Amino acid sequence: MQTMTVQHTKSPASDRELLERFEAIRGCRHHFPLLRQRVNGKPLVYFDNAATSQKPQVVIDATLRYYEEENSNIHRGVHYLSERATQAYEGVRVKVQHLLNAAHQREIIFVRGTTEGINLVAYSYGRTVVGAGDEVLISCMEHHSNIVPWQILCQEKGAKLRVIPITDRGEIELGEYEKLLTPRTKIVALTHVSNALGTINPVKVMVGMAHARGIPVLLDGAQAVPHMKVDVRDLECDFYAFSAHKAFGPTGVGVLYGTTKLLDAMPPYQSGGDMIKSVTFEKTIYNDLPYKFEAGTPNIGGGIGMGAAIDYINEIDLASVAAFEHELLDYATRRVEEIPGLRIIGTAREKAAVLSFVIDGIHPHDIGTILDDEGIAIRTGHHCAQPVMQRFGVAATARASFAFYNTKEEIDVFLAALHRVREVLA
Amino acid sequence: MSALRELYQQVILDHNRNPKNFREMTDATGKIEGYNPLCGDHYTVFVRLEGDRIADISFTGAGCAISKASASVMSSVLRGKTREEAERLFQDFHGLVTGTQVSAEEIERMGKLAAFAGVSEFPARVKCASLPWHTLHAALDGNSQPITTE
Repeated sequence: MQTMTVQHTKSPASDRELLERFEAIRGCRHHFPLLRQRVNGKPLVYFDNAATSQKPQVVIDATLRYYEEENSNIHRGVHYLSERATQAYEGVRVKVQHLLNAAHQREIIFVRGTTEGINLVAYSYGRTVVGAGDEVLISCMEHHSNIVPWQILCQEKGAKLRVIPITDRGEIELGEYEKLLTPRTKIVALTHVSNALGTINPVKVMVGMAHARGIPVLLDGAQAVPHMKVDVRDLECDFYAFSAHKAFGPTGVGVLYGTTKLLDAMPPYQSGGDMIKSVTFEKTIYNDLPYKFEAGTPNIGGGIGMGAAIDYINEIDLASVAAFEHELLDYATRRVEEIPGLRIIGTAREKAAVLSFVIDGIHPHDIGTILDDEGIAIRTGHHCAQPVMQRFGVAATARASFAFYNTKEEIDVFLAALHRVREVLA
Repeated sequence: MSALRELYQQVILDHNRNPKNFREMTDATGKIEGYNPLCGDHYTVFVRLEGDRIADISFTGAGCAISKASASVMSSVLRGKTREEAERLFQDFHGLVTGTQVSAEEIERMGKLAAFAGVSEFPARVKCASLPWHTLHAALDGNSQPITTE
């Protein structure tokens, strides 16, 4: 798995370099104050990173500093504080632009999170281009937030929601995908990394296949941005959405990237202050990008925190992080084989550090409760992806999802707890 | 005893492994589905009333140990009870699992249901224990729409 991830770096790292980088990553755990606590008398083992990540001290400090020293409304005040807050907030847009390697700052729209980003595209772009008899194409492994907005759009327009099937490993069936791309397909909306299975989809290839037929593609990057380098110009996607809170930043803030060409032609999503140039009772002239899509006072403090999180991500080097997380995933995948009756759901060849599983005769909810008693936080349930649960014939799974601040020792604790689950319930 | 052992008492584990009245009923007078969309617990509760009395009660479906044991214990406790008695037990049980009913006497009176006292320490699991009861409640009321905990 290391060779796969090393491809992300500019020059291949030697084993020795990689070991040194891993050592540096292990040293980062103390940046996360929350991880020091005990839960139920045991050291916290936080394996629910696909739900939300923990925050490093620098993000907490930046948010605090904003409220202590800079808090003011942006884009309107002539006073010192407003200018300072505006500068700081707009500075984050540049950071996001560089993080995603977008061509222009105006292509970075601040939203509440991935869900709002997708809703924005479904509402604004979708309602412009999708009509009766048209098709919207998604995959079987989408999160509800990349299903329901399209479903509502299709119902409203008399269009059809088509679904790309996946294999038993949890990989996209590319041949089927190709067949589903038709002259009626108006947009493809795909997850970059599956939250329920961990599958890393071949999105660059898939964007290319859609573009060959002139179909735009939206990528849901909620699970990708915290774990790998994302380059929207290399992927050539038309839209890319992610949330700050899964990438070591605060909740309630995220990003929609869109190409200038598409964003310019799209009508506003919400309306109000900040998104206008001039208003009379007869006519409103909308603001330029990106402000056309940013009605109302935004989550300024959250945005500043997201900026600090991006600085942090740049420092830790995502390529090494991806390689390190793969080591954790490989180790956990090997170790859970010792648990009788355990079945991993999602065994894609390209996988992020998500371990979704079921144990014969034991409901995931009971696994979650017993692990919690050992101080271990995992997610249990359908992971807001019920269709993919149905695909694998399960109502729910238990899911351990790792971040770079997790350790092999924590996986050992997790394994001991899984044995205890069987002792208590089997 | 730890809170966890208090939750997964032997009575609960036994009923989870070998649930009582775990079968369909062809001559049911009431039949209703109960569903917890959050964790996927999904049961159908069958009941046959004779006059005001629960002559037979059974269930099918799947879910966690707590919900399955709860359905099983409920079915064995309620057979032969009147609707009014069932309603009172439902109230008692609800108080027990939400931690609002504390009197040792009352718990004593609940018999096998008392095994679920430990649930109150686990707020996320209250819905698991009460799902079968809410479902039965709706079935006795003559509803036919599925019940969800959300």
